[in-house]
Amino acid sequence: MPSLKDLKNRIESVKSTRKITKAMQMVAAAKLRRAQESAEAARPYAERMTGVLSNIAVSAKHNDDAPTLLKGTGSEERHLLVVCTSERGLCGGFNSSIVKLAKEHIAKLKSDGKKPTLLCVGKKGREQLKRDYEDLFIDPIIFEGVKRITYGEAEQVADVVLKSFDAEEYDVVTLFYAEFKSVISQVPTALQLVPASIPEVEGDAAAATQYEYEPDENALLADLLPKNVTTQIFRALLENAASEQGARMSAMDNATRNAGEMVDKLSIQYNRSRQAAITSELIEIISGAEAL
Amino acid sequence: MAMQVELVSPEKKLASMEAEVVGLPGSDGDFAAMPGHVPTATSLRPGVVTIKSGSETTEYLVAGGFAEITAESVSILAEYAAIRSEATRDMFDSVRTAAQAKVDSTEGMRKAEAERDLGEIDGLMKDLSA
Repeated sequence: MPSLKDLKNRIESVKSTRKITKAMQMVAAAKLRRAQESAEAARPYAERMTGVLSNIAVSAKHNDDAPTLLKGTGSEERHLLVVCTSERGLCGGFNSSIVKLAKEHIAKLKSDGKKPTLLCVGKKGREQLKRDYEDLFIDPIIFEGVKRITYGEAEQVADVVLKSFDAEEYDVVTLFYAEFKSVISQVPTALQLVPASIPEVEGDAAAATQYEYEPDENALLADLLPKNVTTQIFRALLENAASEQGARMSAMDNATRNAGEMVDKLSIQYNRSRQAAITSELIEIISGAEAL
Repeated sequence: MAMQVELVSPEKKLASMEAEVVGLPGSDGDFAAMPGHVPTATSLRPGVVTIKSGSETTEYLVAGGFAEITAESVSILAEYAAIRSEATRDMFDSVRTAAQAKVDSTEGMRKAEAERDLGEIDGLMKDLSA
């Protein structure tokens, strides 16, 4: 049975924890709105980019000298997994769910005899993957201190990916991030970057619009495909930023509620023991008086 | 007759409107797109995009990108874009640094292209206020 003083301290400490989680929830809510806005602002560009690319790619796919970024290197041996996670913790299962998906992929690739390599973007994912897969790491990219994700950050990641692909170090590049559905739902997603996964245009290739290309088709594709990689990474980073804040917000909301319940429970316990102490003191006084 | 024009950069959508004529800095030369244009996909060099809608003409500075033109629409995907009258030198500093890096890191035909782009950016930056 804890003493009254212990209980009182406990209640105070849970109360201050509740204040902190409440504050974090509100900060996350404010940040979420901004993150969501920039994610939405970036959407038209990504959508147009996919649209343009799929139009051109339909005719280029059957072309033998199409760029390797589009049709792949012809083998599927060496995989690069780009795992995007957050820089900070306390955001519920956000990082773990992305890492879990990545781990499943790694296990599958390994059992198929493929060679996976990991590029971690963000500190938290690296920490979680370090124990099992440190031997697969290449230099991670950490955006510590970056307040707002801009196109520049995406270019930084894309640079590493494209350079190593140009150097023919990998055959397939897959991007892992959490897609933002709503505040309570963030879906971990794996997106294949190289060879480019392009949605099939509806209708057969012959029905698609015939474009004039300026300069020629391959030069245009060679220009467009790296940009597509950057755009996809940019979109993933923005989705991640929104997801992170969403996950943090609901995690902190839960924590605040749990702390509230805890305070209630402890308060009842405190009041009961206080009452018990008073009662026993009274009994002592009364029985003392009676004895006289 | 008018066509739908969209100008988007990775960070936001800058314009979405009906227009009669769109002037584009294509990589093989400047050209104007009007309704009924042959479907064309072209890359852009750094330059000025002019969108003429009714009596209004808006000029945008773009730092390279792509344009997809069909008979009814023009989509411009600019890597970096700003309204010309609002653009400042600061905004283009990073663009210029990137172009300079490209000149330094490439060779041959590509280098010549990169040098041309850098020249275009310098030309654009000349008219900008600090």
